[in-house]
Amino acid sequence: MVTLTGRAGIWLVVLFLAILAIAAAADTGFAVHMTIVALAAAIGLFVTLSKTDYAAIARGALKGPDHSRYDDDPIRWGVIATVFWGMAGFAAGLFIALQLAYPVLNLGTEYTTFGRLRPLHTSAVIFAFGGNALIATSFYVVQRTCRARLAFPGLARFVFWGYQLFIVLAATGYLLGITQGKEYAEPEWYVDLWLTIVWVAYLAVFVGTLVKRTEPHIYVANWFYLSFILTVAMLHLVNNVNLPISLVGAHSVAVWAGVQGALIQWWYGHNAVGFFLTAGFLAMMYYFVPKQAERPVYSYRLSIIHFWALIFLYIWAGPHHLHYTALPDWAQTLGMVFSVMLWMPSWGGMINGLMTLNGAWDKIRTDPIIRMFVMSLAFYGMSTFEGPMMSVKSVNALSHYTDWTIGHVHSGALGWNGMVTFATLYYLVPRLWQRERLYSLRMVNWHFWLATTGIVFYAASMWVAGITQGLMWREYGADGYLVNSFAETVAALHPMYLLRAFGGLLYLTGAVVMTVNVWKTIAGSPLRIEAPMTDTPYDAAQDRPLVPAAVPAE
Amino acid sequence: MSAPTTYELLRHLADSWGLLAMTLIFLGLCAWPFRPGARSANETAARMILHDDDFGGTDNG
Repeated sequence: MVTLTGRAGIWLVVLFLAILAIAAAADTGFAVHMTIVALAAAIGLFVTLSKTDYAAIARGALKGPDHSRYDDDPIRWGVIATVFWGMAGFAAGLFIALQLAYPVLNLGTEYTTFGRLRPLHTSAVIFAFGGNALIATSFYVVQRTCRARLAFPGLARFVFWGYQLFIVLAATGYLLGITQGKEYAEPEWYVDLWLTIVWVAYLAVFVGTLVKRTEPHIYVANWFYLSFILTVAMLHLVNNVNLPISLVGAHSVAVWAGVQGALIQWWYGHNAVGFFLTAGFLAMMYYFVPKQAERPVYSYRLSIIHFWALIFLYIWAGPHHLHYTALPDWAQTLGMVFSVMLWMPSWGGMINGLMTLNGAWDKIRTDPIIRMFVMSLAFYGMSTFEGPMMSVKSVNALSHYTDWTIGHVHSGALGWNGMVTFATLYYLVPRLWQRERLYSLRMVNWHFWLATTGIVFYAASMWVAGITQGLMWREYGADGYLVNSFAETVAALHPMYLLRAFGGLLYLTGAVVMTVNVWKTIAGSPLRIEAPMTDTPYDAAQDRPLVPAAVPAE
Repeated sequence: MSAPTTYELLRHLADSWGLLAMTLIFLGLCAWPFRPGARSANETAARMILHDDDFGGTDNG
């Protein structure tokens, strides 16, 4: 009973403070955000009061959790949230791709301009889709590999819902024009503080589960998850050192200024790629690829070297985002050299993942989920080759600020992060909801081909667009003047923008197919009647001995 | 200490002892799985994840 009144009391205090903040708000954006916080607190209060089993409390017979089972509720919510935010993020991406081709789609309001929708897209796919996938899978993997139930179950639920509140505050903030103007670190100071609280809780749940493990060894996937959680915490804290202009206002001033600020931003930005989109997703790879293939990882030694090399090298690669800027030359070269060295551990990891299938390569033909994992690793390999190449200064002189960069990011994000997440979701859904198997394997196959074709359209059109752009920008005439005006380069790219949008449409269509499949599996629909992905053909006519032909009598 | 001297100090530390320490720690960590007797430990660790039951029930591996 104490916990019930205590919990309701906390919600009430939060609700009261949020209403005070609305009244005192220095700007509309902050008032809107505090309204969202107040709504969240009201919903929390309502759920606390209405979902409690008062009769059980009165009898003093409140059922505790079953410690012989894993705590999978937050993981189930996380899987649904991943699918939901994925659809939102992909749809936003397609819309802004069309905005680039048809500016009329900016719709003439400040809320729907490309500048505000673009961070909505990037944050939705990276932090909402990717982040929910990481939190859910890390809770799944850490329990299974530690053979222990999740530590601090209440905190784990707080992590899930707190993270969703962070996403909603960030997304609505972008539309309202609340931003720090730092790529991938757009949310303002109070949203950053909230994320810090959620993240510390996340670390506590994860480490708490590691501490109470019953397996003596900590499986390598957990090393990657832990490095992701710790490094993201460090990056987030350092890059977001801001002074709020008003304690009840949405805006703030960055403490880091000038080139130092730029370097810290890209130290943050590149390690968001390195530790959020790489280390965290490699953790998924190291658990779910061996599980789906039913074989141990190719080389456990390689996985450890992969881990340390990735950790030691990635952290220095950020300066390659600032080639040919005010950043000292030595720092640019340092960033380039470490980016090139990073190619080795990246490919080591890719080889380790792919070779896990050694001796079972036929699964690529027969198991569409394995096929998805393999394609994701192939794209991981491709984009981690392309990245180091683009970080070389002379290549960067052509590629920097062009659409090639956008293409590179998407071959990594759609190909590696997207595909590995989809395959993992397909692995998880039947297990989490105790279904025999997915509603349809053929639909996984459809998803695979739609997504793959979509990425090919995306990456290929952006290569052409980026190199066209780079060459047109640097083209000098005989008299030393630039040949092309900026508007001419934009016009030249129009067909490529259409092809890119088409690729995005295919990718989104694939995700719709996944949503239907996941939905039907969770709903417990009867399995789709379909031809199996593989079968052993039987031909009754051939299944008989050869009768020697009758020899005619002499 | 003034800002330029702090910068110089840290810069020299990063270029010399800091770099050496990082390199040695890195090489040591990479060599660790190759220590004598590590082969079977690695083998066990790699197979450990395949010995469980996904539905959260009792061990059937």
